Amino acid sequence: MVMNADLRRERAAATFQPELLTHILDGGAERTRRRKEIEALVINDPDFQHEDLNFLSRSQRYEQAIRKSSLMVMKLREHGIADPDEIYWFKSFIHRGRPEPLDLHLGMFLPTLLTQATPEQQDRFFMPAWNLEIIGTYAQTEMGHGTHLRGLETTATYDPATQEFILNSPTVTSIKWWPGGLGKTSNHAIVLAQLYTQGQCKGLHAFIVPIRQLGTHEPLPGITVGDIGPKFGYDEMDNGYLKMDNFRIPRENMLMKYAQVEPDGTYVKPLSDKLTYGTMVFIRSLIVGDSARSLSRACTIAIRYSAVRHQSELKPGEPEPQILDYQTQQYKLFPLLATAYAFHFVGTYIKNTYHRISGDINEGDLSELPELHALTAGLKAFTSWTANAGIEECRMACGGHGYSRCSGIPDIYVTFTPSCTYEGENTVMMLQTARFLVKSYTQVSSGQQVTGMVSYLNDLSRQRIQPQHVAARAVTVRLNDPISLVEAYKARAARLVEAAAKNLQAELNHRKSKEDAWNRTSVDLVRASEAHCHYVVVKLFTAKLSEISNAAVRAVLTELCLLYALYGISKNTGDFLQAGILTDAQITQVNHHVKELLAAIRPNAVALVDSFDFHDVHLGSVLGRYDGNVYENMFEWAKKSPLNKTEVHESFHKHLKPMQAKL
Amino acid sequence: ALPSRVTISIQLTPLRPARFPSIERDPVFSRENQYFQSQNERYEAAVRKAVHLQKKMHEMGWTESGPEFKYIYRAVSGDIAFLLHRIFIRSISVLGSDKQIAKWIPLATQHKLIGSYAQTELGHGTYLQGLETTAVFDITTQEFILNTPKVSAMKWWPGDMGRSATHTVVFAQLYINGKCYGVHPFIVQIRSLRDHSLCPGITAGDIGPKMNFENVDNGYLMLQNVRVPRENMLNKFCEVQPDGTYVRQGSQKINYFTMTTVRISLISDEVIIPLMKACTIAIRYSVVRRQSKLKPGKQEAKILDYQTQQEKLLPQLATAYAFHFINDYLQELFNRVYREIRKKNFNTLPELHAFSSGFKAMVTQYSTSAVQICLQACGGHGYSSLSGLPSLYTRIIASCIYEGENTILLLQTARFLIKCSRAASAGQPVPPSVTYLAAVKPGKCPAKNKLEFLSPDIYTEAYQHMAARSVQRMGNGDLIQSGVKKHDAWNQCTVQLAQAAKAHCHYITVKNFAETVEKLKTEAGIQKIMKHLCDLFALHGIFSNAGVFLHDGYVSGAQMDMITASYLDLLAVIRKDAVPLVDAFDFTDKSLNSALGSYDGQVYQRLYEWAQKSPTNKQVRMLDYIRATLCISQSTRCLLFF
Repeated sequence: MVMNADLRRERAAATFQPELLTHILDGGAERTRRRKEIEALVINDPDFQHEDLNFLSRSQRYEQAIRKSSLMVMKLREHGIADPDEIYWFKSFIHRGRPEPLDLHLGMFLPTLLTQATPEQQDRFFMPAWNLEIIGTYAQTEMGHGTHLRGLETTATYDPATQEFILNSPTVTSIKWWPGGLGKTSNHAIVLAQLYTQGQCKGLHAFIVPIRQLGTHEPLPGITVGDIGPKFGYDEMDNGYLKMDNFRIPRENMLMKYAQVEPDGTYVKPLSDKLTYGTMVFIRSLIVGDSARSLSRACTIAIRYSAVRHQSELKPGEPEPQILDYQTQQYKLFPLLATAYAFHFVGTYIKNTYHRISGDINEGDLSELPELHALTAGLKAFTSWTANAGIEECRMACGGHGYSRCSGIPDIYVTFTPSCTYEGENTVMMLQTARFLVKSYTQVSSGQQVTGMVSYLNDLSRQRIQPQHVAARAVTVRLNDPISLVEAYKARAARLVEAAAKNLQAELNHRKSKEDAWNRTSVDLVRASEAHCHYVVVKLFTAKLSEISNAAVRAVLTELCLLYALYGISKNTGDFLQAGILTDAQITQVNHHVKELLAAIRPNAVALVDSFDFHDVHLGSVLGRYDGNVYENMFEWAKKSPLNKTEVHESFHKHLKPMQAKL
Repeated sequence: ALPSRVTISIQLTPLRPARFPSIERDPVFSRENQYFQSQNERYEAAVRKAVHLQKKMHEMGWTESGPEFKYIYRAVSGDIAFLLHRIFIRSISVLGSDKQIAKWIPLATQHKLIGSYAQTELGHGTYLQGLETTAVFDITTQEFILNTPKVSAMKWWPGDMGRSATHTVVFAQLYINGKCYGVHPFIVQIRSLRDHSLCPGITAGDIGPKMNFENVDNGYLMLQNVRVPRENMLNKFCEVQPDGTYVRQGSQKINYFTMTTVRISLISDEVIIPLMKACTIAIRYSVVRRQSKLKPGKQEAKILDYQTQQEKLLPQLATAYAFHFINDYLQELFNRVYREIRKKNFNTLPELHAFSSGFKAMVTQYSTSAVQICLQACGGHGYSSLSGLPSLYTRIIASCIYEGENTILLLQTARFLIKCSRAASAGQPVPPSVTYLAAVKPGKCPAKNKLEFLSPDIYTEAYQHMAARSVQRMGNGDLIQSGVKKHDAWNQCTVQLAQAAKAHCHYITVKNFAETVEKLKTEAGIQKIMKHLCDLFALHGIFSNAGVFLHDGYVSGAQMDMITASYLDLLAVIRKDAVPLVDAFDFTDKSLNSALGSYDGQVYQRLYEWAQKSPTNKQVRMLDYIRATLCISQSTRCLLFF
């Protein structure tokens, strides 16, 4: 089909080459080439074709997903794809960014075997699991407990007489609930349970529990297992429940690389469990990247559609303008576009830092881990909250058509939104970061220096020499200079961390218990964490600019960076005014600059989303098609809807006709 | 279990939805399986329910236009088909001549035909002048020839049109002798009354899956040389005479009134009620759910005892009450205007039109984000359909778009405010609700300590100042003075104009809440808790928009700290009454349809039992696919990175 004229004009008018920016996002031209090569393997493979998922029932979507997952595992080997990033591309392209039933088997079950099983256990379980004879999941969350792990209630009681563990779900709340792949797919689960031996509770430990009969796939006696029912998205995933009644497993099924229970029931303590920290950091860094990608997809759809859609009039007598020419539309979308870029660079930074540090960790150097752990917790929350709201903004910016599943945005949203909750509930994550910030602040107060991203707190003690509130500090902010804006964000973070720490101290002085004082300060603490994360994002985006050699690309990214920073100020003017970082007049200037930047970015908007380089198949959106032929294809899409299978719907004969006959 | 229902006696009778037990208990209207159903099944169930409801209404002697319908709609949670049939009837009543009303209304009320209302097109929504469907008058046959000249002109979204409707009101550009007379309504038959097949020249069908509203068959419609008799143009206001003469008669302003009526009616049913339901579910669940410990050695704490959880939910609760009261305010304004209109006085219509637009935008936007907050405040279980929250959310979000896209509505309100602001400054009369725009003076908030911020006079004044400043700044029109063309200038100010309109609506909502509390004097206990909620609503608004209050120094930095302190103190105060405050909304468990929000608090048991009924638990295993593919051996570590 011919490309839509509006999009053709937009692309011709761009001031930079989108390919160059794509290379930056991918980490080099060679990686872009390889990514596209892998995408082509999926697109050109008839095995991965299927009907539009929007028209399928939940059972059918699950079936498609598991069919593709099985093929995926086979074809990975066939194509010799082994690099982690390449596997990620392959997988997310096959599943088009959606979850799939083997996620937990591949992402949790197998890795846990590798890291926590003894060599003997690996001999027993790993190869069968590798060959998918054993399909496993990771059953941690219970109906009554999520983020607070110590509260889990499932028990594993050791019986020395038979050398078995007896697993029980003693209450309704202790039923395992939510684990992916548990409902229908898995025949084994790694179950986290409170270990009881010799009459004592030894805390949470992991056990390999067979749950279904190999061959028939029927649940084993003592096991109740099933699907937890429909959810907000995740149709492809059989999140499940698991209830165990006096279910016995051999002693050797406890994962015993670290902690052990000897045949007589003697408990042997693990040496160290710091390593699990690393896994959490890694998974959370993936969520930061996912925030960037999901928001990028939504922006691509909304911005392309806004260039194709014409509505109303700006000037009497002239043709209807593209809705992207309306300031309100630009104000909705361009800050989100800037945010998507910002988060992309943050995601890359964390991933790289993790890889750098993980080398040190393997050599036993854990010194940088606490800060990275604290930072990723907060950034996971900060980016997922922002992206979550941003995706919805994009959908609403598409007007009524955004609400149709053909826009693809509803699907992006429901797939992404649980990340605000899983892998650590966001508010809890923010408070973890806050704990680190308060600790750092306390160190500085007691005269110690801190390093890394929190080193700005050192400045606070210097100011204390002059008896001045931090708010009174004069920062000369140049609003056109990203580096200067980083300083402004730094000052805001310092002020909010200090305020939260002081309020916490005041509560403690009122003789509140530590926990009470913390709880009564938690809103302040979350604000401090947010300000800290916001500063980190602005800082990392700004730092990225200097690495870009192409002048045209650097110019447009600088505009985006400025927009990100200034828009953030305009949305949080209270913090900047109250702390005296910016004056009233400067705030007015900020608002003015934001509007100027909207106009400056406008000609490059389409090229900037083209640079994300999402293939139409991956984007899954009629509104966001690369060629912009929106309306024709909406009609084609709708005709395939299940309600249109017959011209006269069966309910006419069943209900309508009898009613009309009677009335 | 929940704490005792009434720790304070709350009897807010106007909040209680009238109950229709004969509907709520009727198994045909049960929504228990709703979350498990496909689009097709939902549609069929909705048709079944609508037909059953007709029978029932007939038996009970209720009518579509009677006062009961509002409550029936609530009792079935809007989960029925043929909702557009009512709009079809209303549009004929408003836009049709007496003769047309006499012909069509009886057919429609007896369901001899099923109607729809086809305005929106694939390429055009809120901007009606842009519609592209054409109706050309043919003098020789005395007919209109309707056409869909291109794909973007296809009617798209109208409810009931995909599968159900036999007739629809089509809005099309009227052409007579080659001249365009603008958009007019035409009654068009689209399906056979005998076998429901499509009429000649008609292409129609369902527009496919959406985020919600599976009960409604939103449809598309393409017209190819479809002829309708001259009498099918609704002609109360405009008529085409047999010789092709176009005649305009009466005032068209009443059209605005129709839009306004629809806008106001949706605020309560589609927005405030779902918000109250979401608050009920999230708050009840938050006192049942326990997580982590607040005090070592003690039982795990209820999550509502965490300040961060209170800060998420309690402002939403206050918002639900604030919006309940502002809806009353709008309703009163509406009734006043309606009385005037019946006396042929249209002077008060612009104010009603402007405010219903702005309030619709503010209420839908805040409520949507409030429901989202409630969903996310329920942790993982909020994402289960069985919590009821996903469907409340996906339904309420549509309200930000339909019946006028919010940004456009806010700009309409802004236009009115600026006009009033200029008039007021020039000493001309303006409606009482906007007289404050005339008297903005630079000043300082007089409060000296955090307790003084609990005085409605103090915070209402602050809101007033902030709203007046936002509107005035725009009214001064810097850009117009600097010589930029008028239309460009408007576009370049729209971000701030929308903010100004929101500021006004927020101010009126706070002021109205405070005045309502004042009037509750007779019931001391209730007045006290309502006062707390009003304070919370107001201070939360300042806390969340600190910048605009600080901007011109009206509120100082030190005062902002006091406001924050007062705001956080209120959370702990309202926490105690949070459950009775949602109990007072008085939703039945059936109407909530939520495993997390039921009155008895038996969350986990209910969740477990309900999940077992999921059809996914009936289906056979899916292992064959996996069996087919067992052949991997190398490169184990790579899988770590999934």
